[in-house]
Amino acid sequence: MSEITTLPNWTALGPALALLATALALLAVDMVDPEESSSVLLTGTSVTGGLVALGLALWYLFAGTGQPAAGQEAPQGALDLFGGALVIDAMSLFFTVIVTSVAVLVAFASHEYLRDHSYQAEYYSLVLLAATGMVTVTAANSFVTAFIAIELVSLPSYALVASLKTNEGSSEAGLKYFLVGALSSAVFAYGIALVYVATGSLQFDAVTTAIADGTPFTSLLGVGMVMILGGVAFKIAAVPFHFWAPDAYEGAPAPISAFISSASKAAGFVLGFRVFVDVFGGAMGVFNWVNAFLIISVVTMTVANFSALKQNNVKRILAYSSVAHAGYVLIALAAFTGSVDGEISILGAGMAHLFVYGFMNTGAFLFIALAEHWEVGRTVEDYHGLGEQAPFACAAMTVFLFSLAGLPIGGGFFSKFYLLFATVTGGQGLLGAALVINSVVSLFYYTRIVRALWTEDAAADLELTEYPTGLYIAIAVAALATVLLIPGFGVVIEYAEIAARMIGG
Amino acid sequence: MLIELLLAATFLSALWVFVASDETAPKLAAWLSLVPLGLSLYMWTQFDAAGNGLLAGSEIAFETQIDWFQFGQYTLQYHVGVDGVSFPLVVLVTVLTTLAIISSWTPIDERQSQFYGLMLLIEMALLGVFTSLDFFLWFIFWEAVLIPMYFLIAVWGGPRRKYAGAKFLLYTNLGSLVMFVGLFMLVLGLGDSLTQLSLPAIAQGLQAGELSRPVFGLAGADLRAVAFLLLFLGFAVKVPVVPFHTWLPDAHVQAPSPVSVILAGVLLKMGTYALLRFNFTMLADVATSSPAAEIIAAVGVVSVIYGAMLALAQRDLKRIVAYSSISSMGYVIVGLVAFTPHGMSGATFQMVSHGLISGLLFMSVGVLYNATHTRMVGDMGGLADKMPLTAWIFVAGSFAYMGLPLMSGFVAEVLIFIGAFDSTVVAGAPVFTAIAMFGIVIVAGYLLWAMQRAIFGPFELETDYDIEPAPVHDVAPLAVLLGLIILLGIQPDLVYEAIQDAIGPVLELNSVFGGELR
Repeated sequence: MSEITTLPNWTALGPALALLATALALLAVDMVDPEESSSVLLTGTSVTGGLVALGLALWYLFAGTGQPAAGQEAPQGALDLFGGALVIDAMSLFFTVIVTSVAVLVAFASHEYLRDHSYQAEYYSLVLLAATGMVTVTAANSFVTAFIAIELVSLPSYALVASLKTNEGSSEAGLKYFLVGALSSAVFAYGIALVYVATGSLQFDAVTTAIADGTPFTSLLGVGMVMILGGVAFKIAAVPFHFWAPDAYEGAPAPISAFISSASKAAGFVLGFRVFVDVFGGAMGVFNWVNAFLIISVVTMTVANFSALKQNNVKRILAYSSVAHAGYVLIALAAFTGSVDGEISILGAGMAHLFVYGFMNTGAFLFIALAEHWEVGRTVEDYHGLGEQAPFACAAMTVFLFSLAGLPIGGGFFSKFYLLFATVTGGQGLLGAALVINSVVSLFYYTRIVRALWTEDAAADLELTEYPTGLYIAIAVAALATVLLIPGFGVVIEYAEIAARMIGG
Repeated sequence: MLIELLLAATFLSALWVFVASDETAPKLAAWLSLVPLGLSLYMWTQFDAAGNGLLAGSEIAFETQIDWFQFGQYTLQYHVGVDGVSFPLVVLVTVLTTLAIISSWTPIDERQSQFYGLMLLIEMALLGVFTSLDFFLWFIFWEAVLIPMYFLIAVWGGPRRKYAGAKFLLYTNLGSLVMFVGLFMLVLGLGDSLTQLSLPAIAQGLQAGELSRPVFGLAGADLRAVAFLLLFLGFAVKVPVVPFHTWLPDAHVQAPSPVSVILAGVLLKMGTYALLRFNFTMLADVATSSPAAEIIAAVGVVSVIYGAMLALAQRDLKRIVAYSSISSMGYVIVGLVAFTPHGMSGATFQMVSHGLISGLLFMSVGVLYNATHTRMVGDMGGLADKMPLTAWIFVAGSFAYMGLPLMSGFVAEVLIFIGAFDSTVVAGAPVFTAIAMFGIVIVAGYLLWAMQRAIFGPFELETDYDIEPAPVHDVAPLAVLLGLIILLGIQPDLVYEAIQDAIGPVLELNSVFGGELR
């Protein structure tokens, strides 16, 4: 901690505080003159707030905050705050970078998307509040803070999905998301209660100790763990808790689909990593969660990829693709060997994949936002011939899709390879084979979209008149990041491995 | 430095052409493509490699080696350089791209800036494939070739272009995947001794060490054999070897002619180049063992004969040339597996020679098609009267394909036959060689038949187009290619010396493994 001796510990929460302050500031700005609030000002404020949070997170990460100092071993060095209710370590900062990057891209992209929207300030404010929640999830170190943070993510998300109030699909998606989400919150809370009964604690370290000391209520603990697993699986949209995802993503405004499918998923995963690896790592004898995740992972990627093949709506294809990627990342838990040692770990691979996925998936959904902005339609056929009119955006989309498929045109190739390598060297050859086969299947539906963009003839009346700047900037940045993650992948590995060691070391 | 300059210049040219207007793009791309061409020719004068780049004791020309990032125990590197095997192919890429770009001026009439941008992009990727010496770098370029090629076929191709493009992409990607798995079995098998993934490190590791660590329950010789098989299958799709060839006729026939030139001239060589580098250099012990050697030789011979038979059955000039490429690539396999100085070097020479000859034939078919709007042998006749220069160059190219002396095809095939005949590795080598030589007869059969029908005799044409002599910018690339074919036919040592120098160590390595070298 010597690097930040000049700063008090609470400043480690800087990213979350910056997001929260921006969310409140947006409401204040809007209150000055609700009728005439400038959308440029609102976008600018949100983007600035997001960039400050991102900058702080990157600074802390590179400065070594929450990492073991020289001579210390991995779990040491984490900053406990509020009596251990929150913890800032390399993992929480790593995921904060993902969440804030996505939030900035989404804020940029929303500028034109919201041109006729009557509640712009509220929209941005909700996005930033949800981002605050996600950042808090990454730092949650107690079941109470975890639950509150998850709710802080969920409640704004429900409203955001339904924010196109005049659009039937959006309202329906919001309601569906809310109902399923409320149920899963209840299950999650019940699971927490059972774990509390079994161990007598809610704080993660205390629960870990209680499990290590042995608890007489193992069956209660087991049931609690299963329920918590259900809550996490809902958040990351893993089969069989995925069925809300295609509907919610399809109905939601596309930037919000990008936000939920990238950032919210990352937040769900960080909770899963911390709770299962760190807290329930010693409870494998009670409930073998590794095997449970093994089944969920394979089923998720397979069901999602084959479902995506049958879709005709581009947003639904990408929704299923995002479910499939949840399956790939779940390999990190499914192939977990009990500890993180060696230079390449499966946990690190999962985190690295989430990092790359944050950019390529957000970019792909933002392209859909662009298409919705142009009102070209929603099916693959409606995308025919877009490449001729908007070559730059379509080239970026091609990069996103091929990178999602794992071709070496973007960082997705390395992160998938990292997953595969760690899986196979960890002795899970069959899981690796499932990953490879699923990636091949996914190539079919990704190629289908690419083909529609470039090789088909456009409908006669297709005429794009406007090229929205904010969306283009967001897509360009996401594409650049996706491509540059090939030469720069070493940095991602480095920090993903440090992050993995903080919980699994 | 020169290789970085080559890659960067090509990449920046591609970007420039992408943002240029459709009117200026064709000329601009041609001018810009002279930069890599000039650079590669300059590099030829400075070329000072010795030995095989993958094996110990070699001098790699224009080498750069920089650490890229750490992946577990492995240091990934930016590692490029060329030796006698790869450098002729680098020059071939730059020559063919410039000529293909010029020959696109007539047929490509829509979305020009994207077309020429992709042509330059694919040139960069191909240069990367032939110069990379680190596995990951190589693989990234290897895959990067597919994407521009997919678009070139699927956007500018013939009526069934979408099907052909998708088939090409999925087929070759599947091949890459199988190959990738095969290589990683070897890497994992090498265990802790391997600390970098550069191709020389892997090759020398395989040469020195046992595969001590079991992978999927396989170790030692079994692991080598399985990995060899996976690599071979992966590259066989690219070459292509019968029965993995079915993507090729679709892709070739649907692709616009200049794209076919790149596809046949260079993309197929990626497969044989990789076979030479991986299967026949890294895993030479498996390739020379029995019955692997006999099986590979048989596969090569089947490709030669079956490809030629398929060509015999076609009416479409482009299909004829496409199928005959399968046949010619079969010769390369036969030559490589012989493990004799002339066999292997001749096979490598054939890669260059076939690149030029098939480029010439596809290009001249393209020029004929521009004028007649048909490629069917029965639909046209007597073109020699109407477009004499094009017709005669097509005839000359066909003779080069048949192996007329003083042309590069003759040199390549004679070397392959001599080498294959002498092979001590393949049992019954003379029989295989004799059957393969029969392929030449079939080639002569279908090419003479096609020429007689389409070029000579009284003029007739089914389509309603006025036939005029082709414009200069269409014929000039043909003339240049013909000139190069004759030059290499008269003076093969221009490239053959470098090739032999790089092949020699592979053969010495082979004798280490117990094969007798004569």
